[in-house]
Amino acid sequence: MRMPDTSEILLQVEGVSLAFGGVKALRDVSLDIRKGEIRAIIGPNGAGKTSMLNVINGFYHPNRGAITFKGRTRAQMQPFEASRGGIARTFQNVALFKGMSALDNIMAGRTLKMRRGLLWQMLRYGPALTEEIEHRHRVEEIIDFLEIEPIRKVPVARLPYGLQKRVELGRALAMEPDLLLLDEPMAGMNLEEKKDMSRFILDVNDYYGTTIALIEHDMAVVMDLSHRVVVLDHGVKIADGTPDEVKKDQGVIDAYLGIAH
Amino acid sequence: MIALGQFLEVLIGGLMSGVLYSLVALGFVLIFKASGVFNFAQGAMVLLAGLALVRSLDLLVANGFPLWVAIVLGIGFAAVIMAITAWLIERFVIGPLVNQNALTLFMSTIGVTFVLEGAAQMIFGSDVYPLRLFPTDIWLLFESHFPGGILVNQLDVWGGLIAGILVAGLAIFFQQTKTGRALRAVADDHMAAQSVGIPIGWIWFVVWLVAGLVALVAATVWGTKLGVQFSITFLALKALPVLIIGGLTSVPGAIVGGLIVGAGEKLAEVFLGSHIGGGIEYWFAYVLALAVLLVRPQGLFGERIIERI
Amino acid sequence: MLYREAGQFKTTYAEDMAIFPIRQDRMALAILLGIAFIGVPLLADFDIWPFGSDYLLRAILLPFLILALAAIGVNILVGYCGQISLGSGAFMAIGAYSAYKLGTGVHIPLDWLGFAISIPPLPVLLSILLGGLAAAVVGILFGIPSLRIKGLYLAVATLAAQFFFDWVFLRVPWFTNYAPSGSVSAPTLDFFGLNVGTPIERYMLCLIFVTVFAFLAKNLVRGNLGRQWMAIRDMDIAAELIGIRPLYAKLTAFAVSSFIIGVAGALWAFVYLGSWEPLAFSIERSLQLLFMVIIGGLGSIMGSFIGAAFILILPIMLNLLPTQLGVPLSTETITHLEFIIFGSLICYLLIKEPHGFARLISIGKEKLRLWPFPY
Repeated sequence: MRMPDTSEILLQVEGVSLAFGGVKALRDVSLDIRKGEIRAIIGPNGAGKTSMLNVINGFYHPNRGAITFKGRTRAQMQPFEASRGGIARTFQNVALFKGMSALDNIMAGRTLKMRRGLLWQMLRYGPALTEEIEHRHRVEEIIDFLEIEPIRKVPVARLPYGLQKRVELGRALAMEPDLLLLDEPMAGMNLEEKKDMSRFILDVNDYYGTTIALIEHDMAVVMDLSHRVVVLDHGVKIADGTPDEVKKDQGVIDAYLGIAH
Repeated sequence: MIALGQFLEVLIGGLMSGVLYSLVALGFVLIFKASGVFNFAQGAMVLLAGLALVRSLDLLVANGFPLWVAIVLGIGFAAVIMAITAWLIERFVIGPLVNQNALTLFMSTIGVTFVLEGAAQMIFGSDVYPLRLFPTDIWLLFESHFPGGILVNQLDVWGGLIAGILVAGLAIFFQQTKTGRALRAVADDHMAAQSVGIPIGWIWFVVWLVAGLVALVAATVWGTKLGVQFSITFLALKALPVLIIGGLTSVPGAIVGGLIVGAGEKLAEVFLGSHIGGGIEYWFAYVLALAVLLVRPQGLFGERIIERI
Repeated sequence: MLYREAGQFKTTYAEDMAIFPIRQDRMALAILLGIAFIGVPLLADFDIWPFGSDYLLRAILLPFLILALAAIGVNILVGYCGQISLGSGAFMAIGAYSAYKLGTGVHIPLDWLGFAISIPPLPVLLSILLGGLAAAVVGILFGIPSLRIKGLYLAVATLAAQFFFDWVFLRVPWFTNYAPSGSVSAPTLDFFGLNVGTPIERYMLCLIFVTVFAFLAKNLVRGNLGRQWMAIRDMDIAAELIGIRPLYAKLTAFAVSSFIIGVAGALWAFVYLGSWEPLAFSIERSLQLLFMVIIGGLGSIMGSFIGAAFILILPIMLNLLPTQLGVPLSTETITHLEFIIFGSLICYLLIKEPHGFARLISIGKEKLRLWPFPY
């Protein structure tokens, strides 16, 4: 497997803690994501994986700690800062815009890149039309890439789950992100769909050079796809390293087998 | 210079009419707590209950029944009507819309409102029907302290008493009975309640029934005050800002919100109205609710909403 | 001719993105516009049935066009952006009274500053458009709470707008130019020297307004802004995380929606009613508009027309049919029956087909495309 070319750090999370009332979702977690790598975050249910992604893209604000993204350090991210800075995201339970077609969903991902104002759009003429067509071209490339041409005009609510996940990936890709966060991209998929999705993830990483952080429960997939793996358990980081290192780690084995702490 | 006596008189009158808003708001809170439905139809239910009561009462009295028998039978009849309504709503509207988003449910209750208003007036008539269940004489209090005393309507006192009994009754129902506890479980989590075997359709029927009976109680007081008529539904609409002020999920909130709105609008009308034009009562509650929304969206007694993804 | 898209190949994305990509749809629209713009005036000119009397034009087509326009405005806010509004009537009133003030001349005496602001009467067209603008500004103000509060709470905020403006136009005599009865009359409808007076002229005026605004609205909802609105409607959190600013999306929806509703309000007052009272824009009007949108189809421009037509035609049918059958109903019964039918229809559609009649039509078209094969 191709290794990332650089060891430049794209995003660094340092000593982050997050609590909801009395529940501590994350406790003093630090991790880094290097430019160009596929980074996996794994752990048993309730380990704080999704909370970590939510902290990274600014949906949750940590109680303590710092986040450094593209060289800038701050105590917390804001959602608009994250999206503008090039962080895209898919969700555990597909968060598509249910009333819109697959094409419109992916086009919505281009919002940040579209500039024409209300008046031009109202006329849908001149610059607004040119812009719309130009972005349609980019979106069609993504549609080709994800092999979802036949369903582009279908309302997403009517699509099967596997395809919805693909459209959601498409919407994230339309943002041309520097960092792509995938929350269980293969949950609920059959073997064939998992293979497809793995291929897309590797291709995205390969062609576009997008850095990817993903949460996944299927260990075989994680070990095959990712360059480095971080393991969380009960909101604490218990291991961090290459798939091989993590596999051998006694703490990880215990956590997964459910040995009492 | 504002006389203290006049101020107290307006305040008391306002608080008492606030009780009426509270009575309607209570029905909203019950349904919202148990099913997450924001029930626009509560006002229409007050109208329906009132019409059913006053028309059956008139009919019975005209046929020579003694008044107390007529009252008992009339209230019984109205209660049956509310039960049928609750069943129909659960069976044909709320049941099929289970798990839909809040907006759809809300709009469906606007539909229910229109059906109830249309049907109620078609069956029972659409005039103004006077209702006399409570004394409406006035008392003059503290005549020794204030010139002319403080004017209090006995009906308002009755309204306060009834609201108090109603709240106590509801509290007992929710805390002590099996159905009441099941109701609270359903309110917390539909799915979980369903999975432990609580029959959700039955629970929702009970909620709408209780809300219907609360509407009936509200109708007796309102009807005595204004006569049973269509415009009651608009007054009942004021329960919406009352809820926002008190908090959507809070029974004490409904009561306190009602009192605040009632007293506030009467005071504003009397003491501000002369400066900026009369009729402030018409919008005061809504604008107050808007202000509360901007400062404290969950209302005075509501629970904070935490979003998840 | 069969309704088929076979053989109509799109070679550019621009073609694929046209309003009506299918040729038959385009032709249907052309025919409809032809009838509306040429057929109706011709028939009316020659007094041919049913245009022999003014009744159809004045009592059905005129209100239909204006209410359809208002429904488009409501649909943008409720159907596309998912923000409930129970105050549309108030925004119609703002459009109407602002246009009235501007059309009759604004005079604000500022005695304590020692001068007065005076604007001479503006041309009618300008007054109407500025009336829409005034509604848009107020719409933005009342939209601001929507950034903090959602759904049902917003319903109450918009109710506040409704009741507050009802009161303002009833009680503040400045808005009615101190008319003792509170009722005001529109200025002469003078458009670039052309006096719009007869029903057919009024009809043409409204038709032009509605056609232009419907096309502009359609362009907006299928463009980037429309996608932002729908994204906010469908899942606001996900929308925010892909870079859509809720502030911008919601407030533009409020502004555009209120502008259109305001213009519709001004037309309603000037062109349809002629003289009016605040009662013309009460909460019943707001609910009526909401019903049009739900019945016609949430999130559909065409649905706004269908909804408006339905709501206007049903009472007429209820009046006509029983009389024809020999069992005439009293006016009261008809009103109550209307209530029941609208209410049950709303519930039925919300349960079975949340996208209203417009969706039923597009399902029909999908079936037609495949006809005679079932799949």
